[in-house]
Amino acid sequence: MTKAILSVEHMQFGWNDRQLFNDLNFALTPGTMTSVIGPNGVGKTTLIRLLMGQLQPAAGKIVWGTDPAVKVGYVPQFRNLDDEYPLSIRSFVQLSQLGSILPWHHAAEKKRLDEVLEQTHLTHLANQRLGMASGGEKQKAYLAQALIAHPNFLILDEATASLDVATKVELMDLVAEINQKTNLTVLFVTHDLQLAKDYTQQYLLLDGSGAQLQPIANMNPERMPAELRAVVETEEK
Amino acid sequence: MLHYAFMQNAFLASTFIAIAAGVVGVFVTARSTSFLAHTLSEIGFAGAAFAVCVGIQPLVGMLLFTMLSAVTVGRMSTKQSRREASTSAVSSLFVGLGILFLSLSSSSSSYATSILFGSIVGISRAEVWQLVALASFVLITVLISYRWLAFDSFDAVGANARGLKTSFISIFFLIILAIAVSTGAQIVGSLLVFILLTLPSSAAKYLGKTLPQMLLISVAGALIGVWLGLVLAYYTNWPVTFFISVIECLFYLAALQYHKWRMA
Repeated sequence: MTKAILSVEHMQFGWNDRQLFNDLNFALTPGTMTSVIGPNGVGKTTLIRLLMGQLQPAAGKIVWGTDPAVKVGYVPQFRNLDDEYPLSIRSFVQLSQLGSILPWHHAAEKKRLDEVLEQTHLTHLANQRLGMASGGEKQKAYLAQALIAHPNFLILDEATASLDVATKVELMDLVAEINQKTNLTVLFVTHDLQLAKDYTQQYLLLDGSGAQLQPIANMNPERMPAELRAVVETEEK
Repeated sequence: MLHYAFMQNAFLASTFIAIAAGVVGVFVTARSTSFLAHTLSEIGFAGAAFAVCVGIQPLVGMLLFTMLSAVTVGRMSTKQSRREASTSAVSSLFVGLGILFLSLSSSSSSYATSILFGSIVGISRAEVWQLVALASFVLITVLISYRWLAFDSFDAVGANARGLKTSFISIFFLIILAIAVSTGAQIVGSLLVFILLTLPSSAAKYLGKTLPQMLLISVAGALIGVWLGLVLAYYTNWPVTFFISVIECLFYLAALQYHKWRMA
C-alpha cells in the first residue's frame, strides 16, 4: 500500500463550547485529488488552518509524509485586488519567490517563473496588469504563485467560488492536468458538488457530526445537506 | 546658484530625501497607508515641538515620536477596519500635544512655521550629513527586506498564506516610514511630507507595472519635484514647498489622465 502523504488521526478541535471535529480520521495517498465539502460554518477553513499549522488540534495529530518531504502550496479563498492593481501577472507571481535576500532575481528563478507561467497557461498574458485580468486569469495567477515553490501538496480554498461555469471548468481542467503531469496531491475545498464529482476521486464531507473519506462514486446529492444540494440544482438549470 | 553653500546643502539633502521618499512611497501606496503617512507627519510635528520645548534637536524629537507611535498604531490597528479610526484618534491627540508643547516652549511662532512648512534652504552642512545618513539607512533597510516587504505590500493575503509574519512586517515597515517621514519633513515640512511619500508613488502606480519600474518612476518624480522646486524657489523667492506640492500634483494628475486615456 502506498504511504500516505497526509494522515489525520483522531483529531479533535472546537471553538469555545462548539465542537467542530470530534475524532476526525482520514489519510490521503500521493497524487490523489480530494474534495472537502460541507455547508458554511462546518469547519472547512478551520481544517485548512489546522493542516497549515496555524491552529493546533486539541487532541489527536496531523502527520505529513516524509518521503519525499511534503511541501504545501496554498491558494487562499479571498484576495481583494481591485482593477487598479498595478503589477503585471508576471510580477505578481514573482512576489512569492523568496529564495534569496537579493532584490533582483537570478537566472534560475526567472527560469522557474517562466516554467510556472507556461504550466498555468499564462505565458501570453504575463505582461498584462493583474488588475485588468478576468476572474479566471486571476485565479490562474494565484495558482501559479502557489505552485512556484514546487509544492507536492496543493490546497485550493474555494478557488472556483466566484467564477462562471465555463471558467470553473477551465481552471479545474488545468488543476487536473498539473495533477496528472506532476503527481501533485490536491485538496479542493468547495461548495460545488458537480465539480467535486467531475474532478476528484474522493470526498470528505464535513457536516458537523464527523467525517469520513468516501470514493466520489458514493456521493449522492440527494443525501447531501440542503445548502449543498441547492448549488447542484442551480448549476444544472 | 550652486556656488552658494546653502543651495549646495539644499540640493544634497533633498536629493537623498527624495530618493528615500520615492522608494518608501511605493510601499506606502501599495499598502494603502497614505493616511497613516499623513498622521505620522503630524506626530512628527508634535515630536519637533516637544524637542523645542525640552531643548533637544527637533529631528531627534520627530524620530522619537514617530517611531513610538508607529509601533503603537501598528499594534492597535492590525485590523483594516479599525485602522482609520485609530489613526484619527492618534492623529488628533498628537496635533493637540504639538500645540501644547509649542505654547509651553518660549520659541517664537516662526519656529512652528518652519516645522510645519519646511526650511530646506536654512540647513547646515552637519544637518545635511545627518539627513543623508538617515535616508541611506532607510534605503539599505528596504533593500535588505525588499522581497518580503514587496510580497506583503502587494499581496498581503498571499504573503500570509506563505507563512510570512505579516504583522511583524507591518510594524517593521511603519518604523521605516517613521524615519522617512522625519527626514522628509526637514525639506517640505511635516504638513506636506506626505506629498513626497504619496504623490510620486501614486503616479508610478499608473505608469509602471513591475516593481522596479514603479520604484524608478516614483524616485524620478520625487527628484524632479524637489530639484525643480529648489530652482524655481531660488529665482522667484517663493517657498520651495509650494513649488514641490504643485509639481507633484501635476505629475500625479498627468499620470492619472494618461491611465484613464489608456483604459478608455
